[in-house]
Amino acid sequence: MGKKLAVTGNQAIAEAMRQINPDVCAAYPITPSTEVMQRFASFVANGKVDTELVTVESEHSAMSACIGASAAGGRVMTATSSQGLALMWEMLHIASGMRLPVVMTLVNRALSAPINIHGDHSDGMGARDCGWIQLWSENAQEAYDNLIQAIRIAEHDDVRLPAMVCMDGFIISHSIESMEFLSDDVVKEFIGEFKPKNPLLDVNNPVTYGPLVLPDFFMEFKRQQHEAMLNAKDVVLQVAKEFEKVSGRSYGLFEEYRLDDAEIAIVVLNSAAGTCKDVVDEYRDRGIKVGLLKPRLFRPFPYKEVADALSGAKVIGAYLTGLTPLVVSDQCTWRLPQP
Amino acid sequence: MSTTPLRLKELSKKKVLLTGGHRLCSGCGAPIAIRQILLAAEMPIVAANATGCLEVSTTIYPYSAWKIPWIHTAFENAAATISGVEAMYRALKKKGRITERIKFIAFGGDGGTYDIGFQSLSGAMERGHDIVYICYDNEAYMNTGIQRSSATPLGANTTTSPAGSVIPGKMQPRKNLTKIMVAHGIPYVAQTTPAHWRDLMTKVRKALEVDGPAFINILASCNRGWRTPTDRAIQDSKLAVDTCFWPLYEYENGRLTINYKPKEKKPVVEFLKTQGRFKHLFSPQNEYLLERAQEIVDKEWEALLREEAMWKAEEEKKEQ
Repeated sequence: MGKKLAVTGNQAIAEAMRQINPDVCAAYPITPSTEVMQRFASFVANGKVDTELVTVESEHSAMSACIGASAAGGRVMTATSSQGLALMWEMLHIASGMRLPVVMTLVNRALSAPINIHGDHSDGMGARDCGWIQLWSENAQEAYDNLIQAIRIAEHDDVRLPAMVCMDGFIISHSIESMEFLSDDVVKEFIGEFKPKNPLLDVNNPVTYGPLVLPDFFMEFKRQQHEAMLNAKDVVLQVAKEFEKVSGRSYGLFEEYRLDDAEIAIVVLNSAAGTCKDVVDEYRDRGIKVGLLKPRLFRPFPYKEVADALSGAKVIGAYLTGLTPLVVSDQCTWRLPQP
Repeated sequence: MSTTPLRLKELSKKKVLLTGGHRLCSGCGAPIAIRQILLAAEMPIVAANATGCLEVSTTIYPYSAWKIPWIHTAFENAAATISGVEAMYRALKKKGRITERIKFIAFGGDGGTYDIGFQSLSGAMERGHDIVYICYDNEAYMNTGIQRSSATPLGANTTTSPAGSVIPGKMQPRKNLTKIMVAHGIPYVAQTTPAHWRDLMTKVRKALEVDGPAFINILASCNRGWRTPTDRAIQDSKLAVDTCFWPLYEYENGRLTINYKPKEKKPVVEFLKTQGRFKHLFSPQNEYLLERAQEIVDKEWEALLREEAMWKAEEEKKEQ
């Protein structure tokens, strides 16, 4: 069975990747996700995985090679942060438009300028509408669990879309916390064998990937992609249910913390949610009905479910890790009475 | 497996892997080159294609002219894309899920190769993937309407280096990409044209036989951009070689062989004068550019001859 260990977030991700044992990884170093691929490279060098590691010359090439490898017909993973994701941006759309189930860890870090290696969510938010499924993670345990589930979600027949698992740079990626790992066999069985669809390497049945599609058919492609994204929501829940059976840990579209009777609700992504839970407790101790909602599935965004969960609150605040200049109006902010 | 002899009679019996019905312009050099490449190959090929004329004109959905597995992802990354495909091939072969011998080719125009795809090309070559990168060089961004690239030769009139009253066309000589690829120390690098089909096909076969990266630069005329009639593709390619504007040569494990030495090297104006893009160079105030163009050609050709002579001398010395 699984074991409990104290690890960093990056270590947890690298360990999940070792257990997933993808066919190809293509990656380029960038702080704070570098350690993921460093650790993974040592797994490759020591024969702990069968993966072909392609150490490309840029993140643009990393995602390009991931796309080529995925279309060729196998399981493909990578990891990046910040500017790396920004450089991939063009290719993120191409991975999703081609319906390739590439799975990536995004170790969230602020976008330049000014350059800052520490975390905000401007990188992940910039890729919000790239057609990737996004799962956000509060801590190393969630990042590990999400990454394993992401394989199943991305590769599901009703979905076949790339997926991104987000966790906070440094706060999670470089901090040590205690978490539980599944055993290698359980992960292997949970993710199953990769089922290629129209692979490029089937030379007896040649396929054309990435043709020119003009307005007569373009919307057909985009509509199908949209449908697949909508399907992802149910698949996320279905996979979570199966995951609970093997791990004992339950996941939904989001986490509700003391939200049931809350008059004041706060919506927070990733690691800040952990801190906010303490704040919620403090206010609850004073008799103020505060609750928290932490989105897990951010793309596709479960609008209805989130709206239902927040419907009882009189005031709803959203805490953004990273300011998008001029988008957030002062009127959206709110103040709690000081404890 | 027996190899098809490079004779037209035998080659004509092989399956055409880039079908007719594609929408490249009549008189375009690119599909001539691609057909020769695919005819030369004696094993299954999987290809990646950079964005460009060849890509858009051959795959207008729901049609595809390609009878081989083919992928286009973006403009600057044909080499990175094919790296991924080749890496997956190695991964699946290692696991026994693929047993066939498959080879991988990336196609790019000069824009996708000399310019925007330069980094990903260099990276893929350095990493040693078992791939062949083939540039079909028509010396400008033809797909977007004839803009200058770093492959555009000195003096050419393009839409972003127009021959004006103050600036007479492109003022910089082209980049020597073939030599840059030689500097990568890869096992095979060559230059050729579709007019020299036997030379082209021999080089493709050598490139495919190599275990590791190979690069072939093919001059492929574009009548739209070169401002020539549609029946000039082959003749202009021949003139490019006969004037030594585009010498035929190859580097096998770093060793240079010049594959063709014209008995009488024609002046470069013979190549330039048939093309509308160089027309302005023939007015008296621009004659200095014709001289400069000749100097560039002479310098490169003489350097090639010197280098080949050096190799020969060294080999003779070893034999003694």
